[in-house]
Amino acid sequence: MIKTPRVSRRHFLAGTAVAAGMAGFPAILKAQPRTIKVGILHPVTGPLAPSGQQCRLGAKLAIDTINANGGIASMGGAKLEPIYADAQSKPDVGAAEVEKLNEAGATAIIGPFASGIALATTQAAAKHGIPHIVDVGVVDQVVTRGLTNTFRFGPGLNKIVDSAIQNLVALNTQAGKPAKTVMIVHEESAFGAGMAKTLNEKLPGMGFEVLETIAHANPTRDFNNIALKIKGRNPDLLIPSNYYNEFVLLARTLRQQKIRPKAIYSILGGAASQYRFVQEFPDAAEFIMDCNHWFDPRNPVALELKKKVEAEKAFFSYEVFLNYECVRLLADALERAKSSDRAAITHALASSGWSNHFMPYGPTKFVNGQNEGAAPVNTQILQKDIKVIFPKDFANAKPVFPAPRA
Amino acid sequence: MLEFSILLPAILNGLTIGAIYALIALGLTLIYGVLHIINFAHGSLLMLALYGVFFLHSLFGIDPYLALPVAAVALFGIGYGLQRFIIGRASHGKDENILLVTLGLSVIIENLALYLWRSDTRTIETPYSFEVLDFGVAFIPVPKAVAFVGALLVAALLWLLMTRTDLGRAIRALARERQGARLVGINVEHIFAMSFGIGCACLGVAACLLLPSFYVSPQVGHAFVLVAFTVVVLGGMGSFVGALLGGLIIGVTESLGGLFLGESLGQLGIFLIFIIVLLFRPTGLLGQKA
Repeated sequence: MIKTPRVSRRHFLAGTAVAAGMAGFPAILKAQPRTIKVGILHPVTGPLAPSGQQCRLGAKLAIDTINANGGIASMGGAKLEPIYADAQSKPDVGAAEVEKLNEAGATAIIGPFASGIALATTQAAAKHGIPHIVDVGVVDQVVTRGLTNTFRFGPGLNKIVDSAIQNLVALNTQAGKPAKTVMIVHEESAFGAGMAKTLNEKLPGMGFEVLETIAHANPTRDFNNIALKIKGRNPDLLIPSNYYNEFVLLARTLRQQKIRPKAIYSILGGAASQYRFVQEFPDAAEFIMDCNHWFDPRNPVALELKKKVEAEKAFFSYEVFLNYECVRLLADALERAKSSDRAAITHALASSGWSNHFMPYGPTKFVNGQNEGAAPVNTQILQKDIKVIFPKDFANAKPVFPAPRA
Repeated sequence: MLEFSILLPAILNGLTIGAIYALIALGLTLIYGVLHIINFAHGSLLMLALYGVFFLHSLFGIDPYLALPVAAVALFGIGYGLQRFIIGRASHGKDENILLVTLGLSVIIENLALYLWRSDTRTIETPYSFEVLDFGVAFIPVPKAVAFVGALLVAALLWLLMTRTDLGRAIRALARERQGARLVGINVEHIFAMSFGIGCACLGVAACLLLPSFYVSPQVGHAFVLVAFTVVVLGGMGSFVGALLGGLIIGVTESLGGLFLGESLGQLGIFLIFIIVLLFRPTGLLGQKA
């Protein structure tokens, strides 16, 4: 049986009153600032969750700050409304989450930390024309596939490895070339294996002999064998490329086995640029160098944010500050686009020359989606703190190389 | 060409990591090997134990080795309660149901840990974390040497419990003939829960011995649970000495496999030796025919 909808007298009167109110006060309704939905997509569960959760924290802090400061001024103070999504450390789930964000009306997406996931999410976002700002995802293919919606704020793998090698050569030359031999220890996935391949190609031409390259699984429960091999070959330099847990276990084992090369020079080291590692293992961490994402240590905004993050009992890691800056990059594009239209935001990002950030970069300049202004820096753990040692323009400490033997 | 100076330390190192595997497998061999409860939550319970030891150390400054009795008793209680009130009741004693219930429990425990403690990796530093025993040809970290001795002691204690006590006799009777055991007055549900509790108490001990040289995160159980099942089957279902032997063999195999085949391929050695042993001894090294 089909029921005929019935409107009671009370409902009719209430509806009429609302309609009359709306007609009478259109200006008030229009004055309410709109919200702009932003997809914050990271792996907050699964093996990459520690990084994903840090990423989300950075994005959240930036959104809160922007909203507290009045939102997007050019759009009548429109507030950013985050829609948090979880890639579960899996590329296919990341792509599925993009579909959900599209349905939910996200005007842009920020994330998703890992290169493997970024390859999937940027592709899925391209299908719907959603501008996608990549926060970390260093593998170069992320920005070499001609996707006009993809913008990577940080530097890519090739640039990072090139900078790392250049800085290593400079460091060694300055010290009278004490380092001649190298061992590489890397995790076996695309990130570590790709890095090891590039290093094996480039280091011999720079005057270094690669004695041995050792791949290890994730997770590796014990690093004693690797330590034994390092002890046996006695290299001047050890170059590790691995994730946090394995980096910590490796550093602890080296310390236990009393192995002290002239330098542990990591590239995108899992723990070498993490305050957690420095705080928990100050002795094992001392003198370790890293070429990685880092902030300008002289910028007051960065230092203020660091305090804020630490006040929340979290560590100020690159995941936090890169995401913080990616949200601000989007806010800058929104200010200029004066619209939440995806195409307009994409256009504003493509023409971005944003310089009000706290990274050791120049103004943003996207070429094929890659920020040409982005660059990594070299850090060294000195006296229980992480200091910038290269490039000189941003350095706040002098490198200690070779590391003291005692 | 591998030199003796590398080979011998690799074997010693394999024995120490094998002792950790054995410690984790000892509890499993009681639960899985004797009572045939396939406990997929074993890794998650190990993770819970590790967090317990971590918080005792970081909040109250209690050394992991001093925390051993607390951790063992707490894990015994958790294990007893889980078997008595959740696994036993929800599964109605059917093997396939037990599998699903323990799998479900592991998912719940892991996600609870993720919610409560985030997924950060946490470690502790003790005064002996970096201490080593110098054997001339090799340095053995003190925490690993302690874990090695601990594994031997726990295996011996479990063996004594099973062979010299009424509880052990009841457990064995139950494993062999459940109905018969009930008819002679054994409280089946209580003994099942006691066994599960003792198996979990072993995890409490393992956590205390493991944490000074390892880390804890909500996913840490995955690193050990598969290898522990392998050790139990390799050693012979229900054999404590077999679990100890199996753990040590797996540890040395992994260590030498890493040395000869490379670290990422080295773990293949574990499964290779597993298949070879089972081809020649289908009941495992010290297992008895049904």
